[in-house]
Amino acid sequence: MIDLRGKVQHADTAFRWIALAAAATVLVVLGLIAFTMTDRSLPVLERMGLRFFTSSRWSAPEGEFGAAAFIFGTLYTATIAVVIAVPVSLGVALFITQAAPPWLKKPMVYMIDLLAVVPSVVFGLWGAFVLSQHFGLGRSFLTAGIILAIMIIPIITSLAREVIETTPNTDKEAALALGATRWEMIRAAVLPHSKGGIVGAVMLGLGRAMGETIAAALVIGSALGQISANPFKPGNSMPAVIANEWGEADELHKSALIALAVTLFVITIVVNLAATAIVQRSMRRSRGG
Amino acid sequence: MIATLPPGVPDLRARPSWRSKKSRLMTLLMAAAVVAVAIPLVAVLYSVIEHGAAIVFRAFPDFFTKEIPVVSRRAGPGMGPAILGTLLVTGTATLIAVPLGVLGAVFLHEYGGHGAFARVVRFMATVMTGVPSIVMGLFVYLTWTLHFGYSAFGGALALACLMLPVVIGSTEQMLRLVPAHMREAAYALGATKSRTILTVVLPAALPGIVSGSLLAVARAAGETAPLLFAVGAATAYNPHLFTEANTALSVQIFGNATSTAFVAAHDRAWGAALTLVMLTFLLTLTARVFTARFALKK
Repeated sequence: MIDLRGKVQHADTAFRWIALAAAATVLVVLGLIAFTMTDRSLPVLERMGLRFFTSSRWSAPEGEFGAAAFIFGTLYTATIAVVIAVPVSLGVALFITQAAPPWLKKPMVYMIDLLAVVPSVVFGLWGAFVLSQHFGLGRSFLTAGIILAIMIIPIITSLAREVIETTPNTDKEAALALGATRWEMIRAAVLPHSKGGIVGAVMLGLGRAMGETIAAALVIGSALGQISANPFKPGNSMPAVIANEWGEADELHKSALIALAVTLFVITIVVNLAATAIVQRSMRRSRGG
Repeated sequence: MIATLPPGVPDLRARPSWRSKKSRLMTLLMAAAVVAVAIPLVAVLYSVIEHGAAIVFRAFPDFFTKEIPVVSRRAGPGMGPAILGTLLVTGTATLIAVPLGVLGAVFLHEYGGHGAFARVVRFMATVMTGVPSIVMGLFVYLTWTLHFGYSAFGGALALACLMLPVVIGSTEQMLRLVPAHMREAAYALGATKSRTILTVVLPAALPGIVSGSLLAVARAAGETAPLLFAVGAATAYNPHLFTEANTALSVQIFGNATSTAFVAAHDRAWGAALTLVMLTFLLTLTARVFTARFALKK
């Protein structure tokens, strides 16, 4: 008899450590991102101080980097996107789960999935050459908001659908048995049950809309220093500025763009974490935990 | 029929009240929302096919094989290098992200469980899914491109970073679906844990892992922002992974749409868009087939 135990045990432990190392890459990458990006953005933050966030004068030749207009543009376009996308996504999710005839459900789910697969640059191309030119919208906050809305509808819809489907049948039947119409049943049973999850889904959509780069860069119009609530005006957003200006940037300018990326990173992460927390809490509650 | 009611008998049947009218109206609005989603999807696909097919199939198969014109205002086909670039970058990213992601998920589900480390990793993976792709591109630029120059591999690193948390998430979900009795049967036969995972758990979850990974690949293939920083620009074929700038379909679409006002360049952008859409749809379709045919059901 040959004793294989020692060897086998070694292989077993080795595999465990390899798997652990693979899981740890997530931490390593995130740590590296945080470290290198913050490190690189320090020159401009030291130079500009808090004015980086409050000033909207952005002029590379003068070494002036105030990102307020871009931060505003990001928040503004993302808000437009969410305002458009939420009612539409909710309508689709409710239609698929509550009203659609069974044979229609699958094709509609496929349609939403298909929308999620179209690359963002293709939406950007369409926005730049079709939507902005043939519909008189020009390149503006609104055009960017519409394109972003189309892109976040699949996320919000599919998450909302998942949450809505966890509504207990007993709740729905109770409402119907009391004589509620379909809409009253939705308002009395479905929406209260899925409120948390829907809010989370919307916030995930918001996070995605803020981080989306290329589509926004193609249609937002790249105006410098515009803080205007007029949605038909061209503007700019953080990711669009980074993508458009990186090519011609010198050292300090690059540092400013990296600082923009860090700002974007922090904002999206806060939004995403809040969204995840809300979704998970509501999921746990709906499972009765 | 109201007309057949005997005289003197009140009609008690419900007439459509405002409540049921409202309900019907809301249902109609929901259906309208579905139409509202279908319109842009159809419009985008129509534009891509209308403008794209003209250039892609007029010069078939030149568009897929010829090099990109160096002077962008010159008309004519050529997206070959971009197609090769996309395949090279996305393929390499897959080779990095899928094994890492699957192993990571194996650790989280089979070893880590509810331990503190596993929970931290899971949390951070969620954080990582939210990292905007352009931030990932800048990160790779700073840590790789700055030292080793533009190359397809830099782009692959950026895409791999984007794919990793997605693969971890979808794989862990698939591992959760593998019934415990399969693991117990393997242990009962004397298999070690690693052997059980490699020969029982992973094969059972494989179709789901494949389809989850394919969806991640499809998303990554369409990414543009991270490639702008890491891959550089090229118009000629570059089959080398680690040296020289490369290009990709998404980068070509962006470049041809922004940098010039020439119709020829815009045509090429549409052609590249059609090619990219076909590629991503193909990947998604394959993923669907895998899920429908082989995957474990909940």
